[in-house]
Amino acid sequence: MSDNHNHTQDDQELGWFERVENHRLLILLTVLICVGFGAADFFYHKHPHFSAEEIPAFYGLFGFAAFFFVVLAGAQLRKLIMRPEDYYDDQEEAQDAE
Amino acid sequence: MLSELNPGLILILGAVLVPLLRGPVRKIYMLLLPVFGVMHLLNTPHGTYGDYEMMGMVLETYRLDQLSFVFGLIFHIAAFLGILYALHLKDTASDTMQHVAALIYAGAGVGAVFAGDLMTLFIFWELTAIASVFLIWARGTDIAYKTGIRYLIVQVGSGVLLLAGLVMHKAETGSIAFDHFGVTTMADFTAGTFLIFFAFGIKCAFPFLHNWLQDAYPQATPTGTVILSAFTTKLAVYSLARGYAGLDILIPIGATMTAFPVFFAVIENDLRRVLAYSLNNQLGFMVVGVGVGSALALNGTAAHAFSHILYKALLFMGMGAVLHRVGTTKATELGGLYKSMPWTTVFTIIGAMSISAFPFFSGFISKSLILAALAQEHMWLAWTVLLFASAGVLEHSGIKIPYFSFFAHDSGKRPKEAPWNMLAAMGIAAALCIGIGVWPEYLYAILPHAMDYEPYTPGHIITQMQLLMFAVLAFVVLVRTGLYPPEIPSVNLDTDWLYRRLAPSMLKEMGKAVTHLSGGIWGLIREWVDNIRALAARHHGPSGTMGRSIAVGNMVLWVMIGLAVILLLYL
Repeated sequence: MSDNHNHTQDDQELGWFERVENHRLLILLTVLICVGFGAADFFYHKHPHFSAEEIPAFYGLFGFAAFFFVVLAGAQLRKLIMRPEDYYDDQEEAQDAE
Repeated sequence: MLSELNPGLILILGAVLVPLLRGPVRKIYMLLLPVFGVMHLLNTPHGTYGDYEMMGMVLETYRLDQLSFVFGLIFHIAAFLGILYALHLKDTASDTMQHVAALIYAGAGVGAVFAGDLMTLFIFWELTAIASVFLIWARGTDIAYKTGIRYLIVQVGSGVLLLAGLVMHKAETGSIAFDHFGVTTMADFTAGTFLIFFAFGIKCAFPFLHNWLQDAYPQATPTGTVILSAFTTKLAVYSLARGYAGLDILIPIGATMTAFPVFFAVIENDLRRVLAYSLNNQLGFMVVGVGVGSALALNGTAAHAFSHILYKALLFMGMGAVLHRVGTTKATELGGLYKSMPWTTVFTIIGAMSISAFPFFSGFISKSLILAALAQEHMWLAWTVLLFASAGVLEHSGIKIPYFSFFAHDSGKRPKEAPWNMLAAMGIAAALCIGIGVWPEYLYAILPHAMDYEPYTPGHIITQMQLLMFAVLAFVVLVRTGLYPPEIPSVNLDTDWLYRRLAPSMLKEMGKAVTHLSGGIWGLIREWVDNIRALAARHHGPSGTMGRSIAVGNMVLWVMIGLAVILLLYL
């Protein structure tokens, strides 16, 4: 299935997305966009359905917190439900052998 | 006569000829089938057609109205894209089987959407189950075989519940029409309408009934999963919208569906299984829309199903192309593929931005209808959960899928770009995702209800961009601080553990215990049998409750439950 060909000189070179200076650029861009849309909150007329929406940059803060929570909670969930890749194979093989 | 034909039959009957054709003729023929279906659909005025009387029941085999049109249309588009995506398959027996199964499955999905009565619905419902399992078995591995059996039991089980519900509903009301059942609170349920609801719930992957989806879809062939992702679950969403719009319990059910798969998706290593969890989460949005039941909410459900089928298929196509070229979709074994699969990368990112609901992508203009409907009804709790789930979608589908496959750490793998037909299917799906996002008025025009909604207000764009970009910022912070959990080769337990691990081991223990019991137990068993016989005489005699004609439904139900339990445990 795999169509890998031998690594050439080109392949060894770092791609645009792997250069550290470009990482910095992307992060800076993300921060600037966040600041921009956060500030934009003050420049349009809101029609809130819920009182929480009146908090400045409510959606941004909510998105940041929700994302953080999802990832950290997921990491905790691992302790509970993560098993080796062959977890079910063991048992199914044992069953077949019977 | 031909105009009275349910469009699904064009695909189903058309599939019969596929094994007889070879090479390019077969390819063109298969692509034309859904095109004929759409033409037939567009040329039929709304109404009901193909009425037959069978055993005292009136069958409405083709009902075309606003709601069935939206789902019927997108099912045809999905069928076309799925066929195009699988066009590189050869004329071998196994590949031919995949083509035939895909066409019959898609046709059954279309057929079910246009069913005007529950019996027609049931027939197509079961056909979707039987045809689709071949897309899993076509993978040819032992794991796929066992997974396919588990999938088939659950799917056929859902159909048998539907049949049992149908029989009871007929006994209760004398009708088998597939219309709104008049159930808006739990108290309104009758035995029949509850069984039908339960059958829909299985196919819709309600919480605790969901795990067949994450179990089966990642085991299908690269092309099979694309087809699978479109029909079964959205048929269930359609059925709920048709029969149970405004049922209050659907709001908490749907909200739960949006939230819990998010956590499983974060830690899942197989990216196609991540997409299966993500599919579950998207269904939650649609189910909430059905539960709210207002015109805006139902439009939201229909619109979201429409755009969801496209971007979810697109994401499964992207990962299917990776699976086809690399042989795996495990995040731990991927990374850096953008260098040799640039087009697949771009298309997958478009799918990821659509599902994340970035402005000018399809998810933005459809999901917002459901959130707006919740806000309109001041349902703050459900609204908050859905907003939370929206940030979660960005995590697993928006970032994780493209990031770990195409970027992250370079795996050193340099697979060839996907075949032209895969790229074409992805290209069309991507164009539709953007097209719907930029010009939503065309999709809005075919929704079931008239509405006055403008997605592109400054407030909506700003708040959505805040939600998404601050979440991206959170991702950056988590990765840079090393808090983001690494991908680990693993399986994660879900409800399938109950029947794949717990129940079989319990049975084994029970079996051991039984062999230790003395012969004295037989006396006890004799007594039980006599009691049961007396009980049966009381209930199944001429005057017994089970002696009534309704017993067919009961019997089918219990036989099905018994068989399903035995089979699930055995496998």
